[in-house]
Amino acid sequence: MASDELFVSGHRGCAGCGMATAVRMILQEAGPNTIVANATGCLEVMTTGYPETAWKVPWIHAAFENAAAVASGVDVALKKLGKREGVNILAFAGDGGTFDIGFQALSGMLERGHNITYVVFDNEAYMNTGIQRCSSTPPYASTTTSPAGKVIPGKQGRKKPIANIVAAHDIAYTATATIAYPADLKKKVKKALELNAQGKGPAFIHVFSPCPTGWRYPSEMTVELSRMAVETGIFVLWEQEGPDISNRKVSCPPKEKRKPVEEYFKLQGRFRHLLKMPDKIAEIQKEVDEKCAKLGF
Amino acid sequence: MEKITIGAVITTPGSSLNYKTGSWRTMKPVLTPENCIFCNMCWQFCPDSAIEPADPREKKPIRIDYDYCKGCGICVQECLANKNPNLKDALEMVPEEK
Repeated sequence: MASDELFVSGHRGCAGCGMATAVRMILQEAGPNTIVANATGCLEVMTTGYPETAWKVPWIHAAFENAAAVASGVDVALKKLGKREGVNILAFAGDGGTFDIGFQALSGMLERGHNITYVVFDNEAYMNTGIQRCSSTPPYASTTTSPAGKVIPGKQGRKKPIANIVAAHDIAYTATATIAYPADLKKKVKKALELNAQGKGPAFIHVFSPCPTGWRYPSEMTVELSRMAVETGIFVLWEQEGPDISNRKVSCPPKEKRKPVEEYFKLQGRFRHLLKMPDKIAEIQKEVDEKCAKLGF
Repeated sequence: MEKITIGAVITTPGSSLNYKTGSWRTMKPVLTPENCIFCNMCWQFCPDSAIEPADPREKKPIRIDYDYCKGCGICVQECLANKNPNLKDALEMVPEEK
């Protein structure tokens, strides 16, 4: 462990947890003058088995739905105490605590304009409670509540475009990132916190976090899957400062360099049934190509 | 039993270090120090903060902390020396002995 590590060893995350790596990177950028409000979820459960904690920054947990509300409270309380300056406030939540359960509190925080950076760690299902489907779960992923069977091939419906919905709140900064690109992720955290410090209002970062347990792949492939999601165009990296969508900077591989989505699917047990369904793979490939074409790639 | 603090407040930062997760391993990464190229990719990607970073100026290789390493294998997969066909592998996974 590096001597200045703010997220220490001994936490109970699964071997190969993508989110643990993401949290380390974020805190390396944010530094020690940071307060974290954490929703219920894997991150809370695995880092704070009483009476121990893996955090070296002040950290608060309340409930599943209210990381954004708690972070808002921390913001206002510090202001009242005259101690707000020089402090980064981060709200951390999973996809369940953001896309579904915490969405109302998040929307409220964005509307009130708190100088907070909200980070969602998206592993595309409720992993902590046993891999139940979420509005973040991608089409045809097999979960325990959307199992792939003879009639229905996994989750029906699409993945909620959370970062677009958040950006539509006209906030200071919205970005997507993933662990395979540490410099990009850290640059986005830095930008978000700078805008907070300048009093420009809320920032939001959607971090794509592969999960070996829920996605059913060997634990050493976490970073490779994060990279593959970007290289296939499944997960597109972008950032947008301010409300103007024409300011959105997108990095996506051009069509000729993009890997086929099947390369991403075949690494994961949750998509194994799709490998026998070329029509479904072609359907997703078409959606990805259309999405990237719309973005100019 | 120990008394529970009001609000279940934990007053010692980083106290999870008391809990050694190294016993979870079935496979372990092993370093060949002379093959380490000090890129620190393993340190950057380790989910368990179980790698002490290399110091390129001192030519000091990384060090794996087996008290906490869970044996996920990300370090071996992402090692830049391992990925480069012109370099000798610096990290490999071997079965955990009894």
